[in-house]
Parts: sequence; C-alpha cells; structure tokens
Amino acid sequence: MTQVTMTVNGKAVSGDVEGRTLLSEFLREGLRLTGTHVGCDTSQCGACVVHVNGTAIKSCTALAADLEGAEVVTIEGMANPDGSLSTIQQAFQDHHGLQCGFCTPGMVMSAAALLKENPKPTEHEIREYLEGNICRCTGYHNIVKAIMAASGQDVSAIAAE
Amino acid sequence: MPKDHGIGARSKRREDTRFLTGKGVYTDDMAMQGQVYAVMVRSTVAHGKIVSIDTSAAEAMPGVLAVFTGEDFAEVGGNPAGWLIHSRNGEPMREPKRPVLAHGKVRHVGDAYAAVIAETYAQAKDGAEALAAGTVIEELPAVIDMAAAVANADNRVHDEIPDNLCFDWGWIEDNREAVDQAMKSAEHVTTLELVNNRLVPNAMEPRASIGEYNPGTGDYKLTTTSQNPHMTRLLVCAFVLGIPENKLTVVAPDVGGGFGSKIYHYGEEALVLAAAKKLGRPVRWTAERSESFLSDAHGRDHVTKIEIGCTKEGEMLALRATTMANVGAYLSNFATVTPTYLHGTVMAGPYKTPHVYVNLKTVFTNTAPVDAYRGAGRPEATYSIERAIDKMARELGLDPVEVRRKNLLTPDMFPYTTPVGLVYDTGNYQATLEKSLDLADYAGFEARVAQSAANGKLRGIGLSTWVEACGLAPSHLVGQLGSRVGLYDAATVRVNATGTLSVMTGAHSHGQGHETVFAQIVADKLGISEDQVEIVHGDTSKIPFGMGSYGSRSLAVAGNAMNNAVDKIIAKGKKIAAHMLEAAEGDITFENGSFSVAGTDKAKSFGEIAFSAYVPHNYPLEELEPGLEETAFYDPNNFTYPAGAYLCEVEVDPDTGVVEIMNFTCADDFGNVMNPMVVEGQVHGGVVQGIGQAMIEQTTYDQSGQLLSGSYMEYAMPRADDVPMITVDHSCATPCTHNPLGVKGCGEAGAIGSPPAVVNAVIDALQRGGYTHVTHVDMPVTPSRVWAAMNG
Repeated sequence: MTQVTMTVNGKAVSGDVEGRTLLSEFLREGLRLTGTHVGCDTSQCGACVVHVNGTAIKSCTALAADLEGAEVVTIEGMANPDGSLSTIQQAFQDHHGLQCGFCTPGMVMSAAALLKENPKPTEHEIREYLEGNICRCTGYHNIVKAIMAASGQDVSAIAAE
Repeated sequence: MPKDHGIGARSKRREDTRFLTGKGVYTDDMAMQGQVYAVMVRSTVAHGKIVSIDTSAAEAMPGVLAVFTGEDFAEVGGNPAGWLIHSRNGEPMREPKRPVLAHGKVRHVGDAYAAVIAETYAQAKDGAEALAAGTVIEELPAVIDMAAAVANADNRVHDEIPDNLCFDWGWIEDNREAVDQAMKSAEHVTTLELVNNRLVPNAMEPRASIGEYNPGTGDYKLTTTSQNPHMTRLLVCAFVLGIPENKLTVVAPDVGGGFGSKIYHYGEEALVLAAAKKLGRPVRWTAERSESFLSDAHGRDHVTKIEIGCTKEGEMLALRATTMANVGAYLSNFATVTPTYLHGTVMAGPYKTPHVYVNLKTVFTNTAPVDAYRGAGRPEATYSIERAIDKMARELGLDPVEVRRKNLLTPDMFPYTTPVGLVYDTGNYQATLEKSLDLADYAGFEARVAQSAANGKLRGIGLSTWVEACGLAPSHLVGQLGSRVGLYDAATVRVNATGTLSVMTGAHSHGQGHETVFAQIVADKLGISEDQVEIVHGDTSKIPFGMGSYGSRSLAVAGNAMNNAVDKIIAKGKKIAAHMLEAAEGDITFENGSFSVAGTDKAKSFGEIAFSAYVPHNYPLEELEPGLEETAFYDPNNFTYPAGAYLCEVEVDPDTGVVEIMNFTCADDFGNVMNPMVVEGQVHGGVVQGIGQAMIEQTTYDQSGQLLSGSYMEYAMPRADDVPMITVDHSCATPCTHNPLGVKGCGEAGAIGSPPAVVNAVIDALQRGGYTHVTHVDMPVTPSRVWAAMNG
C-alpha cells in the first residue's frame, strides 16, 4: 500500500492505495465519488472521464499512486458554487442530452474540456472530440446540440427542436 | 402555442439534475455495511465436460470466504422461458434446464460454472483465477453454425435434444397452402436470402447485483440492474430459489440503459442471494464489460429466405419467410417469443398482401443466449420485408416509393385484420410516407446525386415503411399464444393529506424519463403542478405488481393504468365534494383542479378535498372510506401499432466502399404524444442503434465458439462521429383507439425502421452508380463488404 494525497474538487484528500488501484477505483471506492462511472475495461467508453491538472483523461487509464499532488475535478465538482447547474450541465438538461445518465458524467467532463480548448466548436468538431465517449441512448443528436448551445451558438435551426 | 406543462409539453426532465451532478445512484454506486465481493468463474471453452473442480486452492487464498459451484445449485430450480411455443406438429418446444451455475457441462464461452466470494474485489478476482486453475474441463466439439447444428444429430448442445432444435414453428400454419398456391400463380416472385446480424445490446451500465439477507427476519433483498423488478422477483422465488415472494424485495434503482438485456433474470442474481444467506453479509457482483459481452443476452441472429409473389405492376400477392433463429446455449426468458410472436405476427407489415406465411426454426448453439434486443423480432421482420420489397421493385423496373404507395393499407381499411393474426386499430401510412418525402426533400434528390457524382461519390436513397406491434399487452391473447405470465400493468396514486401525490408505477425507467412524463400526465388530469407529483418506481416493496418496461409498453400499458387510477381519484373526490358542497354527486364537475357544483360558484379545490379525505371531520364516513388512494390494473385489449416512414440518404466512396450517411429522416405515428422532447430522444437513440446494426455492429464467434468481438476494441459501437443529425417528425398522428390516452409505443420504433432504410440506400447508390449486379449486401455494410460486392 502507498499513501497518496491529491486535491479532488478543491478538497485535499488522501488514501492508501495498492499499486494496481486505478484513479477511477480510488474515486469511486476510496472517496465514494460514484458520479465517475466505469462502463468498460478497455478504456473505450469514456464514462469515467475526469480532469487531472486541467486535462481530460479517462480515469481508468491512470494509477492513483502516480497522481501524488494532482488537481482532480470530477462530475461532482462541476456545478456552480451555489449548487445550480453549470452552463454545460444546464444545456444538457435543456436539450435532452441525456437519457439513462450513465455516460453523462464523462460526456459533461469531455464537453467542458472541449469548450476550454475550442470555445465555439462546429458540429463536426464536437463529434470528432466525443469519439472517445460512447452513449447508447441518445444517438448523440441532443448531446451535440447541447454542447453547441452551451458554447453560445444558436441551435434553433437544428432538426427536431 | 405549445403547452408549457402537462400532457404534450416539452417538460424538462427532473431526473437530469441528479444524473448531471453525479448524484444518480446506480447499483454499483451503493456501499453496504459489511459487503463482500463475488467474481464469477466462466468457461473459456464453448462446449465442455466439467471433469473436476478443485476448490481448495481458491479457498486458501487471502480474503476468500466462500466458493460456489454448479453442485451447490443442483437441487434448486432453473431459470425458465417465459413463453411455451409449440412446433407445427403440435409438440411442445424443447426446454433444457438453465441452472444458476453450469453443472456437468459448460455450454458457451462465458458460461459461469463457479463463483468466488471474498473480502475485496481484488481478492475475489485472485481467488477466481486460482479456482479456474484447479478446474479440469474436457473440451467437446462446439455447435456454432445453425444449419450444421440442425443437420448434425451427433453434436449436441444438450444431450437430450438430438437435432439442437428448440421448435419448428409455422405462422399461420393454415396459411401455408394458400401462400404456396399464390406463389405458384404469381407473375413474378422475388427471392432474397439475408442475415440479420447478431448484436450485443451494450447498455452502458454493466449488469450488477447486490444480495442481502436478514437472519433475524428471514428477509432477502436484491438490488439489481433490472428493467422489471417484479418479474425478477417472481422468477427467483417461484422458479429458481423457492423463496416465498413476500420474503424477497427486489430493487432496481437508477439503471443505466437496458434495451432488452436487463429484462431477464440472470444466474448472478440468484448467486448473490444464496451467498448472502450463507455468509450473513451483503454480497455484490458487478460485470466487467468483457463479461457483459460474454454473458448478457445477445440480440437478432436470424438467417432468412424471404419470397414475395406479385404482379408485374408490383402488387404484392403473397409473402413467405423461412427463418432460422439462434437462441444460443440456453433459453433466456423471452428467447422463444421474440422470433415467433414478436416477429411472425408483423410479417404482413403495413401492406395489403393477402397471403403471408412464416416458418421458423429455433436452434440451440454453443453461444451466449439470444433474446429480445430493442425491437425484438420486429426489426428482423421489418428488415426482411423492406429489403425484399425494394428488390422486388428493382426487378420489376418500378420506383420503390410507387410500389409502397400501391401496396400500403389505406386509412379507410382500419381496423384491419392482417393475415398473420393482428388487428391494426389505426394508421395513416400514406401520410407518414408523404411527410418523410417532403421533409427529406425527395424532389431534390436527383440534384444531390449529381452533386455527389461531381465529388466522385455515389449517392443513394433508401426507404423503409414499417408498422410494429407493441405495448405488450393483452393477457387473454398472449395467454392463448403461450405466455406464462399476464401482461397488464398497474399504478397506485396516493394523494397525500397536504395535496401532493406519490404515484407508484409498475413500469421501470432506465432512461425513458418516466419520473417526468408520468408526472405530466397525472398533473394535467388533476389540474395541479407537476412539482406536486412524485413518481415512484423500481422497488417491489413500494410499487404495485407490474411487469416493468420493455416492448414499448411503459406509457401504453402502465401509463394508462395511471390514467385510470387518477380517474378513480377524481370519482372519489366528486363524492367527497358532493358531501362538502351539499350537492348531488351527479352535479359535481371537476376541471382545472377544482370540484364545483355545475351552474354555481360553489367549489372546493383539489387540495381541500385531499385534506378532507385525511381529516374527515366533515365527511360522509357512513358511505365512504377516508383516505384518497387508488390502484388500477390495466390490461389492454390489443397491442398498439406505431408506424412510420424512414428515409436514409448515403454517399458511397467507389474507391473504398466507405458508406457515409448524409441525412436520415423519420416520420412517425405514435398517436398522442405526452412529451415531444422525450419522444424525439427515443427516436434518435433507436435510429442510431439501427444505423449501428446496419453499418458497423457485428458479433462474431469463430468455429470453435470463441467470441472474437468481445470488447469495445472489436465490437464497433456507433460513436458521435459515425452518425448525422436526425430529422424526426410525429405530426401524422392517428391516436390509438383502445387506450384512454390514445398513445402508441415509441421506444423501439427507431431501431425497427432504420436498418432497411440504410441498406436500401446503399444498394440504390450502387445501382445508380452502375454496379447493377449488386442486389444485396448483408449487414453490417462495412467498407470491405461493400467494396467486395462492387468488385465481386
């Protein structure tokens, strides 16, 4: 066991981890931050995306023991300080960008990273960026629309509003 | 002006708040005091005799608490099929026992034959590895290919079933001769052989179950990823473990998608309950995605020959389908109804074809069980019909759109009794067809072909006009056909003393938005705010006995049960109001949340009536019980019949065979729509699952029975950059005539209607591009298949 200390959603946390403990396991089992979901075992589905030191990563691809001192943000840290939904979260609700909710935390984290890099992405750019996040419910239509809306673009012309 | 609340409004989903902030609670998110972990030990061979299992090494591993093998469950029951189907010769289907853990033999890769329980997940996993190392399994030849399975009587999945045939079914057998005659005398017969490719449902949340046992009371609790907790309880109690139903609570909390795969009871659910009792501690199991691929029920997997007899003008006279359907190694709960009554009964499609006959052989193989996956039988039927009618049009030199116009049922023909046993209540197939052509700018298609050609691409357009039967339902009918359960649903509406409502439903939401949409319906009918209505689902200790959500039944069945329970509330409210207002009950009207005496200004609000029911100081106690709570069970007298027309436009790159979907248009008839936003979302998702089937998804076993597509590295899931925006419309509505809300199911439509539209579009592109020898390409239409067809 190794002790690891990091900052998660602005709070200092520490825990004992095995060498094989993934960040996703540490968040879910160690810290009980179960909003980060695990949908596969091959780092393909993207349900576990979090931000580490400002970059979006799949938390199943990182070992917790390697992240001493890291700044981690999970879905639980994405709402506004007053608890209301952030712009991206609100856009997902407004445009029905989620159904069962399982892939949603990863989608929101990826969307936030995208908009940081590219504040006004095109539909094509959004679809390319989300290539690592699988959703089985929505067909992506309303996810793409929500992200365009969150970036301040007019989505009223997109089919089915 | 669109409504801003109630029925028909685009109310935003209340469940989103928790899902968007990481506060949803899915099964694997729960931590139980004293919990321990189960890991299943699964067969690595497709077919084998279990020679010996030495559990001692596993039991000696650190943290290991218990080991279970098939021997531990040899004396308990098996997991049954929900429908008893009879063969054409009258014999009942062959129904081998499906045990909790494989015993004696393993029958597919992933078949669980043991489980290891340990203090931590890692220890359980290490223990499972040790147990596998101590197991001797003698590999036997695997039965994989369906035709070979039936032909080779010596190679058996189940020793007692010589030809691996579950049943040989005809629908409707009395039609067979007339169809044969019509085929013989038809001016033209189109024949098409096709494969409906095997899929893995792939709900994003892997299956998970937690078993608990209270030794003080003898009560069990199962928290599990289920679409229908009451059916799971019934199966566990009455068939598998023999627990009295009143001693088991099944809870399906937030569930991350189902698409059919979580309808069924699986052995892991019984295992965690038995282990919890043995150890006196909560036992949890969560599938890894690789286990999901190996052990979730798969979908589709039909091989079909379809023939259409017609006139030279394209009038369809007879349709015959001969299908082999794979059920895998064991019968999953809906495995026998999916290829039969959910497939054969819709083979008339939306057409006037007078003679239809379906023959279906259902075959055991050494592969994972196959069962209902979004659409369940109806996508298979629709794909066969819609591909064949397109081929027929081409062979006759006719326009596929015109051929459909000629053969579609017309609005004056409803209610319409099909030659395969259904009565379509309403529909306007011309309206949805014309709507789709309009929305897709069909008139401008030729110009787009020229534009694509200028870019070196072949453009094609494909149409699919479909109807399906859903809202599973009428108990009297399904009972005659072989269902071992009823298919009603139930709702309890509890008006609280302060006027808020708790509404318990037998339906289960795993993404469909019931918490929002059901509240819209109740609030609208009672003239109150949606915020006053709480929808409770998924917990057998709280909800009335319902059959859960699958087969596009939530709204059509459970929603109408709720409607009827609310009507009972209003009826009782009128009695209370009559007493309080000193008027005759018949003079009381209820509107906009107010009970009033007709023709006067005397009125009591809904809240006042509710309060009076619970504080009955001025109340007709001699005639009326206090309280305001009503339950309704609703058993419809027919399925509902949503229908639509889908148009897909593709570009094919002639150099590579790569297909790109340029646009996809859906015109659907779902009857009355409760929340258009949610309905559109259902169609988007269904269409993309159908596009996935048509273009990229494929489950492949090799001849030894190894699953080659066992992870997201090999099984291609549709991703955001694989699909376009989708145009959807549901304005051509013909309300259902036999349910109070006038609704039809919408959950499966997209997955049913879309695959043939995609393939028809690809064939159209190739034909227009001069590749006239290509009349069919099997799904998925991958670049290699398309290129090979073009250059073959």
